[in-house]
Amino acid sequence: MSGTHQPSRSSSLRGPLFFAILAALLVIEGLTSGWNSTLGILNMGLLSAIMALGVNMQWGYAGLFNAGAMGFLALGGLAPVLISTAPTPGAFRAGGPGILTAFAVAIIAVLLAIQAYRRTRGPVRALLVTAILILGFFAFRWLFDPAVTVIEAINPSAAGNLGGLGWPTLLSWPIGALLAAGAAWLVGKTALGLRSDYLAIATLGIAEILVAILKNEQWLDRGVLNVNGIPRPWPVPYEIDLQSSATFVEMAQNWGIDPTLASTLTVKLAFLVLFVIVILLLIWGTELALKSPWGRMMRAIRDNEISAAAMGKNVTRRHLQIFVLGSAVIGLAGAMMISLDGQMTPASYNPLRYTFLILVMVIVGGSGSNWGSVLGGILVWYLWVKAGDWGPDIMGWAASPFADGPLKDHLLNSAAHMRMLVMGIILLVVLRFSPRGLLPEK
Amino acid sequence: MDVINALVALTNYVIIPATAYGAQLALGALGVTLVYSILRFSNFAHGDTMALGTGIVILITWGFQSLGITLGPLPTALLALPFGIVITAALLLGTDRTVYRFYRKVRAAPVVLVMVSVGVMFVMNALTRFLIGVDQINFDDGVRFVISARQWRDMTGLSEPLTLRSTQVITVITAVAVMVLLFWFLNRTRTGKSMRAFSDNEDLALLSGIDPNRVVTVTWIITGALATIAGTLYGLDKSFKAFTYFQLLLPIFAAAIVGGIGSPVGAILGGFVISFSEVGLTYAWKKVATYLVPAWEPDGLVQLLSTDYKFAVSFTILILVLIFRPTGLLKGKIV
Repeated sequence: MSGTHQPSRSSSLRGPLFFAILAALLVIEGLTSGWNSTLGILNMGLLSAIMALGVNMQWGYAGLFNAGAMGFLALGGLAPVLISTAPTPGAFRAGGPGILTAFAVAIIAVLLAIQAYRRTRGPVRALLVTAILILGFFAFRWLFDPAVTVIEAINPSAAGNLGGLGWPTLLSWPIGALLAAGAAWLVGKTALGLRSDYLAIATLGIAEILVAILKNEQWLDRGVLNVNGIPRPWPVPYEIDLQSSATFVEMAQNWGIDPTLASTLTVKLAFLVLFVIVILLLIWGTELALKSPWGRMMRAIRDNEISAAAMGKNVTRRHLQIFVLGSAVIGLAGAMMISLDGQMTPASYNPLRYTFLILVMVIVGGSGSNWGSVLGGILVWYLWVKAGDWGPDIMGWAASPFADGPLKDHLLNSAAHMRMLVMGIILLVVLRFSPRGLLPEK
Repeated sequence: MDVINALVALTNYVIIPATAYGAQLALGALGVTLVYSILRFSNFAHGDTMALGTGIVILITWGFQSLGITLGPLPTALLALPFGIVITAALLLGTDRTVYRFYRKVRAAPVVLVMVSVGVMFVMNALTRFLIGVDQINFDDGVRFVISARQWRDMTGLSEPLTLRSTQVITVITAVAVMVLLFWFLNRTRTGKSMRAFSDNEDLALLSGIDPNRVVTVTWIITGALATIAGTLYGLDKSFKAFTYFQLLLPIFAAAIVGGIGSPVGAILGGFVISFSEVGLTYAWKKVATYLVPAWEPDGLVQLLSTDYKFAVSFTILILVLIFRPTGLLKGKIV
């Protein structure tokens, strides 16, 4: 971070110019591959932009390296499953109390262990704390395992999980943020205040564990069986309803568009509007915060931790604060992504896509710059999608001089991995030659 | 008799696998800790370096096999290993020249170097995929068992089986040889001593005329060798899959930090602490329990933690160490 945050002297036209280029790329995509695909890229790009805004708070404002964005994203995605889907009939009555008591017992055991640790000394302490934790663990498993078996036995082909509360989907978005914030607090509390890269390693670990939980706890989210049919947020319609509405079909025909295509476009546009509103609210909030004394303090800490500490600022506390806030934004994006997809597929969480690609977005856009994160989020996502499309073409061209055979097959097959190489090289080139990114922090 | 059977089961399912896995983790952690103490950053590309090195070794192994060259009872990969090490070390030196050197010159903050290593990780990941694909590959040949279940039964007459795979023996012997060599190098040779001096106090080392470029070059060569050996041993013992190697990053870092990052002995100790905890906590103890307490017939597998959560073990140990002893079991360095 050091040495990359001098006031910028870049032209004020830089931002509009880059966004115009981005818009032009998307328009070309629309004219060549259809608007449906453009809106698909744009919607996922906007979600990536929200993730990038969260990571930018941590890396850009505070220089904290979160190597576990995927975990907070996945945890946020749990909220729509638990809040907005319909409850599984009988599941909560059968296993709910057991699971709740099990978690209560686990929390009590941990609190008791902490108290024991604080109040005793020497070998008594070690013995007491270990005994409490082991007893607590077995009590937890004794209560938890039968409850899980009962829940997973209920209609296992379609449900087998607790189900949700049936509340509005929009409500699940902030709850996703809260879930991620809670996990971030636990991780930050232990790993912050030590060496700067310990946080990176701890977050790398928590991300793997959170995704492992989502993959394996069937009572919670059906694990790798996936949860389908997660309700859409309030104003977004369903294609099937639009297609069966006479007024909509008539309107589409008046515009000269096929009603089926019109319905998918309408749904995507509705999501787009929601996402843009969320992004604008986030940027408005963060820009206000950055201009406030709090924002100046954060930048002071980032630029020189030692002098900020000497001025009486509690660096670790502030780092924890910004780490939790940034993770909450990532969790929000996770919940939004699940509502967009309409399904929870825990096996699809991949660290390269959901942790490290987001870092590339932040750095390409410009560390510390909110609009940069939005630009980087959409642009890098566009490149990621297109590198997947172009890779085989380029490789087909490069392999054309070779005779048909195993070598050519191998080259053609490996084209799918082109995007990894492209992203790595983009990250290295930007870090080396333009560390402040496309839209530098003002 | 039952006590002996219990011990045999314990050896077969916990002690032998955990020792082999611990040796592989220790070699990985040595690479991480070396980069950390000399170049002063946590190398996120280490898992993918291991994968790339192993991929190269596998390709050379296939080449030897197609030429009809084998090592007889030993896996051909051992013959390919030196070639793999040379190529991997050359790749790392090339990476250092093109990527890392610049950040050393401008004295970038460690966290920037961590970010740079993420970029290198992407590139190495892509190279591995280009080279060998994403599928699971088994490349062990030669004799599979040192002691097979049948031999064991004939030898001892015990009902409880015990197998010792040759890859496990090879792992431990190779790891011990590499570690002895590494410690001899670090403690006895001039270059090794200058590396330790550089790690302890960079300014003083420079002042006494140690050539930093030489230290860095040697560090990358050793790191490449350690990564290739660790990766190949892991691949021989289990199987090769590029993504698994990325996931090894967490237990490897945990091992390095638990032992005390920057301390080579700590890395080895940490590797075994992590491996024994992981295997011990995810092992189904039912068999051992029924031998020891014949009257007790457990309902479940008596497994403390499902194997899906093995990463939780490394993570929990990591967190406990960070809370109670941030410098690690053996005092590491905090830059």
